[in-house]
Amino acid sequence: MNKPSTPWKRKDLLGLEELTVEEIQLILNTAESMKEILQRPIRKVPTLRGKTVVNLFLEPSTRTSSSFDLAAKRLSADTLNLSVKTSSVQKGETLLDTVRNLEAMKLDVLVIRSSSSGAPYFLARRLTAGVVNAGDGLHEHPTQGLLDLLTLRERFRRLRGLKVLIVGDVAHSRVARSNIWGLTKVGAEVSICGPPTLLPMEVERFGVKTFTDLDKALREADVVYVLRLQLERQARYMIPSLREYAQLFGITRFRLRQARRDIVIMHPGPINRGVELDPDVADGPWSVILDQVTNGVAIRMAVLYLLCGGEAGESD
Amino acid sequence: MTERYLLTGGRVIDPEGGKNEETDLLIQENRIVKIGSLRKTLVKSAQIIRAKGLLIAPGLVDMHVHLREPGREDEETIESGSKAAARGGFTTVCCMPNTEPPLDDQGKIRLIYDRATPFARVFPFGAISKGIQGKELTEVGDLFRAGAVALSDDGSPVANAELMRRVLEYSRLFDLPVVDHCEDPALSFEGVMNEGYTSTRLGLRGIPNASEEIMISRDLHLAALTKGRLHLAHLSAAGSVALLREAKRKGLAVTGEVTPHHLTLTDDALLSFDTNAKVKPPLRTRADVEALRTGLADDTIDVIATDHAPHTSVEKEVEFDLAPFGMVGLETALGIVLTELVSTGRLGLAKALAAMSTNPSKILKFPYGRVVVGGLADLVFIDLKKSWVVNPDQFASKSKNTPLVGRHLKGKAVHTLVNGSFALRDGRLVEPKEGND
Repeated sequence: MNKPSTPWKRKDLLGLEELTVEEIQLILNTAESMKEILQRPIRKVPTLRGKTVVNLFLEPSTRTSSSFDLAAKRLSADTLNLSVKTSSVQKGETLLDTVRNLEAMKLDVLVIRSSSSGAPYFLARRLTAGVVNAGDGLHEHPTQGLLDLLTLRERFRRLRGLKVLIVGDVAHSRVARSNIWGLTKVGAEVSICGPPTLLPMEVERFGVKTFTDLDKALREADVVYVLRLQLERQARYMIPSLREYAQLFGITRFRLRQARRDIVIMHPGPINRGVELDPDVADGPWSVILDQVTNGVAIRMAVLYLLCGGEAGESD
Repeated sequence: MTERYLLTGGRVIDPEGGKNEETDLLIQENRIVKIGSLRKTLVKSAQIIRAKGLLIAPGLVDMHVHLREPGREDEETIESGSKAAARGGFTTVCCMPNTEPPLDDQGKIRLIYDRATPFARVFPFGAISKGIQGKELTEVGDLFRAGAVALSDDGSPVANAELMRRVLEYSRLFDLPVVDHCEDPALSFEGVMNEGYTSTRLGLRGIPNASEEIMISRDLHLAALTKGRLHLAHLSAAGSVALLREAKRKGLAVTGEVTPHHLTLTDDALLSFDTNAKVKPPLRTRADVEALRTGLADDTIDVIATDHAPHTSVEKEVEFDLAPFGMVGLETALGIVLTELVSTGRLGLAKALAAMSTNPSKILKFPYGRVVVGGLADLVFIDLKKSWVVNPDQFASKSKNTPLVGRHLKGKAVHTLVNGSFALRDGRLVEPKEGND
């Protein structure tokens, strides 16, 4: 494993926008060591014994919350999983009060998922515990961006110059934002494609290329990152129907004839099968979607480990 | 026996009359009785106030504040807001009717006058629509007779063009200005900040400039149709300035206003998700700020008004989407305008003071905003060289929601004289005497 040039100094992991390339590499390298643990017959190490990780998910989530929970457990941390229903937010308590009470019970890391952009930043400034952003509104989902980078690095070795096309609702996607930051930082070439209603304002200033013609965009791509279409977009006139969206921007086997044969398909899940992605593509040889999920656990182990003061290379 | 004050050696500035000279000023009861070099010995029984090195200007007039009374006295009261006004150099403030309940009938207008304190003159605006629901016109004649000085549904746009048309027509009966909160609600929808690069970066929902510009276009057409008096509140977008400039060129009876924060801050102030910089209309880009400054300098925009919008820390210490819009402004406005606009040469001193006193007085037909013999002694004494740091703990306002915490400013109100009595003396609030007007 590569020796990191910079040790981890941050209390929190809030977004990929603020990370340096070296910090990103450090997390990815640490995650590779964690993957090794996951391949052992006994997939547990005592590294974070006595540490407490609280997963506060104020938005429904299965994949990310399970992934964080498992990651903490693999490292022997104690975990507490709270959702909207089990927290006091529904009783009118503010998020800050909820979290301060949890901190009073001595937690080391708070993992927070919120529908409000910036919520983890708001909490991180007010807590001494570490804060991990597990998705905030439309803003960032840094562990998703990192697990995607890890998946691509495993597949391609070299990320510089890799052509990644992100397709779909970029405007409302925290996954897209974190991926754009992460990929551009490591030197990949990022394009986005979708109807103009779902592409954010002035997105070119992030250094990405914009397409509205999917076939044209596909021809240039090494990787297609398919975003989930939130079904409520129709109500705000952003798409006329799911049917038309699928026709214009759905990734199908037929569509992929425009692309290189060894193209790689990614998706953050959960998939709307038959809308943004056809089942035979999702389950086909192009897909690394389940590798993404596996890598998610490793990335989250690495992040928890680094935030709890570990140094890369000493994870076991 | 009422007091006589002899103010000696100050630089007296009357923007309207073009006066700007070092001289003396004699105040008796509540009026200015003499301006000019006065021998101290000849002025008997007058208290002498040395004003050497200070600017003596018309007391500032803020035609856009939220005093939150009745209903949200935890955020602000007429008394606390009036004290904040005095600390900021304001002698007159106009409170917006979007209280709980709204100021939509004569009783509620009278309540404002009943609760006013001698720290500042307070004039209420009456609501355009009952309950600020945008449906039924209020009894405008009743509001006028009770003392409403303008009409506004501020906080909400008048979405219905027919209602807007009718209020512009009907208000002509009383020559009342209609103060317009320009926003297309469908375009703003769930937006919480300016739409552009920064909103894309932060993943916050945006409000495009077009939301404001479209409403302004509509209402300028309605002003032309009705000959009503339209005043555009809190302009934020470059295109809005262009629309107002064009309307004035055509001779429409329309005026406009801008806040100190829209003149000096951009949406970069939100990069830390600071809810105290969450305002409506939103802070926009450098290009918009430049257009607003140009509009003020070339007389397209008439007024600087604070849109002082107090909110408690309970309301603001939450996730960005959940925080209410608004920031306080009464106690920082003068310092910000002097530091960012006047001392940088973007705006002449007299013009800045006119925008904060004379011009709003003219729009609302107030006898304030002047320093003339026979005029009311509503004055602010400004130390242009005074450096200070914004510290909300010192605010008289009940609310501390400002993104300017820690900002170094130069220029501050030292004394504020309301109706011939000190409300602020040497930077400290003093209980003024109830004067006769």
